[in-house]
Amino acid sequence: MLADKDRIFTNLYGRHDWRLAGARARGDWDGTKEILDMGADWIIDEMKRSGLRGRGGAGFPTGLKWSFMPKTESDRPHYLVVNADEGEPGTCKDRDMLRFDPHKLIEGCLIASFAMKAHACYIYIRGEFYNEASNLQVAIDEAYAAGLIGNNACGSGWKFDLYLHRGAGAYICGEETALIESLEGKKGQPRLKPPFPAGVGLYGCPTTVNNVESIAVAPTILRRGASWFAGFGRPNNTGTKVFCISGNVNKPCNVEDAMSIPLKELIEKHCGGVRGGWDNLLGIIPGGASVPVLPKSICDTVLMDFDALRDVKSGLGTAAVMVMDKSTDIVAAIARLSAFYKHESCGQCTPCREGTGWLARVMKRMVKGEATLGEIDTLEQVTYQIEGHTICALGDAAAWPVQGLIRHFRPELERRIRDYRDAKVKDKAA
Amino acid sequence: MSGRALAKDQPASFAFTAEMTARLNQIIAKYPQGRQASAVIPALDLAQRQEGWVTRPAIEEIARLLDMAPMRVLEVATFYTMFNLHPVGKTHVQICTSLPCWLRGSNEVVKACKEKLGIGMGERSADGTFSLGELECSGACVNAPVAQIGDDYYEDLDYASTVKMLDAFKRGETPKAGSVTGRDGSAPAGDHLTLTEKPTPPAKQDFAAAKAAFEKAKAEAAAKAAAPKA
Repeated sequence: MLADKDRIFTNLYGRHDWRLAGARARGDWDGTKEILDMGADWIIDEMKRSGLRGRGGAGFPTGLKWSFMPKTESDRPHYLVVNADEGEPGTCKDRDMLRFDPHKLIEGCLIASFAMKAHACYIYIRGEFYNEASNLQVAIDEAYAAGLIGNNACGSGWKFDLYLHRGAGAYICGEETALIESLEGKKGQPRLKPPFPAGVGLYGCPTTVNNVESIAVAPTILRRGASWFAGFGRPNNTGTKVFCISGNVNKPCNVEDAMSIPLKELIEKHCGGVRGGWDNLLGIIPGGASVPVLPKSICDTVLMDFDALRDVKSGLGTAAVMVMDKSTDIVAAIARLSAFYKHESCGQCTPCREGTGWLARVMKRMVKGEATLGEIDTLEQVTYQIEGHTICALGDAAAWPVQGLIRHFRPELERRIRDYRDAKVKDKAA
Repeated sequence: MSGRALAKDQPASFAFTAEMTARLNQIIAKYPQGRQASAVIPALDLAQRQEGWVTRPAIEEIARLLDMAPMRVLEVATFYTMFNLHPVGKTHVQICTSLPCWLRGSNEVVKACKEKLGIGMGERSADGTFSLGELECSGACVNAPVAQIGDDYYEDLDYASTVKMLDAFKRGETPKAGSVTGRDGSAPAGDHLTLTEKPTPPAKQDFAAAKAAFEKAKAEAAAKAAAPKA
């Protein structure tokens, strides 16, 4: 288990002062000027060497992403946009960073913006996080007052402004180009890529969009060194990670541990185990609603990292672990997710707009078994017609949970269909 | 997609109060010159805070203030689900029923709300004090089930604690937000296994040595690139 001294988010549970004085006592803003003085090239190189992969779900290497920004400033200003539109079912890690460790994020915004030659950064926070936004705004005001950000951030000579922008309830705005659209005052409908945001982003200017956790860990990585961070986890899956474990465990919680921790160890050690014991486990969705469910046989041994979960046809996503014990109606659980994606589709692409509604309607019937056996194959085929045929990944995200269900729980779907049919036949005979 | 339309009955006019106007101007100043449309979501939020819901005259006024086509503001108001396009109760109770909340008994929380308030999902009580709605993932999943009331989250609910919470609202009180079982944020219930020590600043790396190593590697790479290919 990770030692407390190697945890980045030392105020994850809000037991200590989240304001500037408390943050400083925990080491935030310590030597920020020294880091900036090392130069943008060093910062990006160090981030690359740390192996940090984006914490918002896709796992794209953060240092590499930063290096895509134009190296010199032109008449178009550069922007950093922080994605705090946390809303992937199961995910609630950014919330703790926003409300209890806001200075880690603010310091990260400064360093990342400096490295990418951005003088302004917007943090887009989901509208429901009102109290979290209040804390963050207080922290931003404190940072301005202390000269940590502003016209001469940390005395580095770099001008840096940081703004908080609240959303208003749309899951799709977690997609980076939808977020940019929303920030510009439009409906959150994703843009076609290319052009990528690093070329044409916010207000048509070079923009990088990063997840809260990716930015909030950056100052600690740079302070302690890339090799320290890279010392945890496995190659290509390095560092520490905040996991959110919800559902049928004895003690649901958020916890920071080393990447590549075995899933079983994560649950047994930190969450008091599965309700009713490990043998009472039915399945786990290991990385937020959009990744496929895993049956117990895989959960027994799988590691919690990008590559290990990809190898078992699922994904680490946001590391939001949703645990389902044997009392769970697995078909109803996946049907609930299908209803979610139907609700959250932005309506722009036909395969997603029509497909998510279709999936939700069929899944609703599957819960009761009100279908034919052949419809299971039809259902699966339709998911493949949505996947990869839309502008953004919401279509894929809607398809994968259903695919996972069919892959691992097909006998359960078939049983329900047969039972429903048999009951009908009996009714008629009676 | 969530189909949403404006209410049939609309007030005749809308104007921001002086306080709200000041807040809106502060918000507009966050965006570059000419990009005031970026303030449309915050503006609609302010209108909703003032009136309780988003009215057609408010949409038209915001379009005028931000120099936008009214249609563009209407699009935004109907797209984002936090905007109430119909009047809601003074206490607007929203229950998260997404998967993590459902796994931990959000059905019981919904049942308690329906029984206690005597209204169904999407309805408002006759006296206008309560309304009930459904949320799609509130982002507090390890504290499920969750209810959002006004700007606050109430977490770790079950049937009994939901009834207790609603009773308090009925008496005109605002119960303390957060976990109703008294957990620290998202920490596991009971004994602490992690973050037990008082946090101290971690040791910093040797920046001078790191810089030297970086420059050396850069020089070597440049020399390699400049060297004629064998």
